[in-house]
Amino acid sequence: MTAMTVSPEAARRAAAALPDLPRDAEGPVFREPWEARAFALAVALHGRGVFSWSEWAATLADEIARAQRHGDPDTGETYYHHWLATLERLVADKRVTTAETLERTRIAWDRAADRTPHGTPIELRDEDFDLPRSPSTRD
Amino acid sequence: MSASHDHDHDHDHSELSETELRVRALETVLTEKGYVDPAALDLLIETYETKVGPRNGARVVARAWTDPAYRARLLADATAAIAEFGFTGRQGEHVVAVENTPRLHNMVVCTLCSCYPWPVLGLPPVWYKSAPYRSRAVKDPRGVLADFGVTLPDDVVIRVWDSTAEIRYLVLPQRPDGTADWSEERLADLVTRDSMIGTGLARSPQDPA
Repeated sequence: MTAMTVSPEAARRAAAALPDLPRDAEGPVFREPWEARAFALAVALHGRGVFSWSEWAATLADEIARAQRHGDPDTGETYYHHWLATLERLVADKRVTTAETLERTRIAWDRAADRTPHGTPIELRDEDFDLPRSPSTRD
Repeated sequence: MSASHDHDHDHDHSELSETELRVRALETVLTEKGYVDPAALDLLIETYETKVGPRNGARVVARAWTDPAYRARLLADATAAIAEFGFTGRQGEHVVAVENTPRLHNMVVCTLCSCYPWPVLGLPPVWYKSAPYRSRAVKDPRGVLADFGVTLPDDVVIRVWDSTAEIRYLVLPQRPDGTADWSEERLADLVTRDSMIGTGLARSPQDPA
């Protein structure tokens, strides 16, 4: 079932429901690989019924409005930054996870990336969660 | 970016940007909770592999075909020559261009990971990252090329370049015959991604796009 929830058909429905999505004649386009990943994550969550596309669009519009109040130029280049903020907000609002868990995991990935030599796949290990917070990641 | 992530810190040692870290964190947590399946994400993203990044390698190749001075610069220092177009990026910083000739065909494999010059080539295709491609490309490059529908004369030497942490390769394919008076822009349409990996040739003018 999971595979079906992120099918190209599901992605097409997402693109149809979200008229502002950056696209060309064939569908969504992405500036960087992470944008495609963030897109696919939203398609997967929608497929699991975590939110509807109208609910997603309203939250995304709110994130964009908030960013504009803080000076985002809204040239379209930051679209997927708003998309990511929307993902983080909705998974917390829907109690799928918490902002704290996301932050803890982000720090773990940061440590994993720091200890991994260039050219080697970066993988999370349990120890990445255990270490005391390093000065570079303290808010 | 939400306010809680506005801190700005040094990522000299990291391969991952702040944004990439956040995406990875989401995927990890959602996978652990059973909301997403990374393999299913990969499958979907595979359908967009030609839709990520600027994919400007074709323009680089077309210029090298039409401008001998640019070709010389590309072969001497591909990173700098590619930067002339304004294409730079964290995966594109150490690129070496290898030129195909009537006697030599170059093919690129990658050991692992995400080391792939996506600012010039877009996302790596899934087969490129697969273990079978990598092992067969080294042992039986002619067989792999045949799988891609490419048959080269027996007297053409095939050289396989294994991408490393430091160096990513860009194949400069041969310019197709019958394109002598073509513009750089028109030539760029003949340059396929696979021709820049070396698992294909540039399209000939007769091939449908």
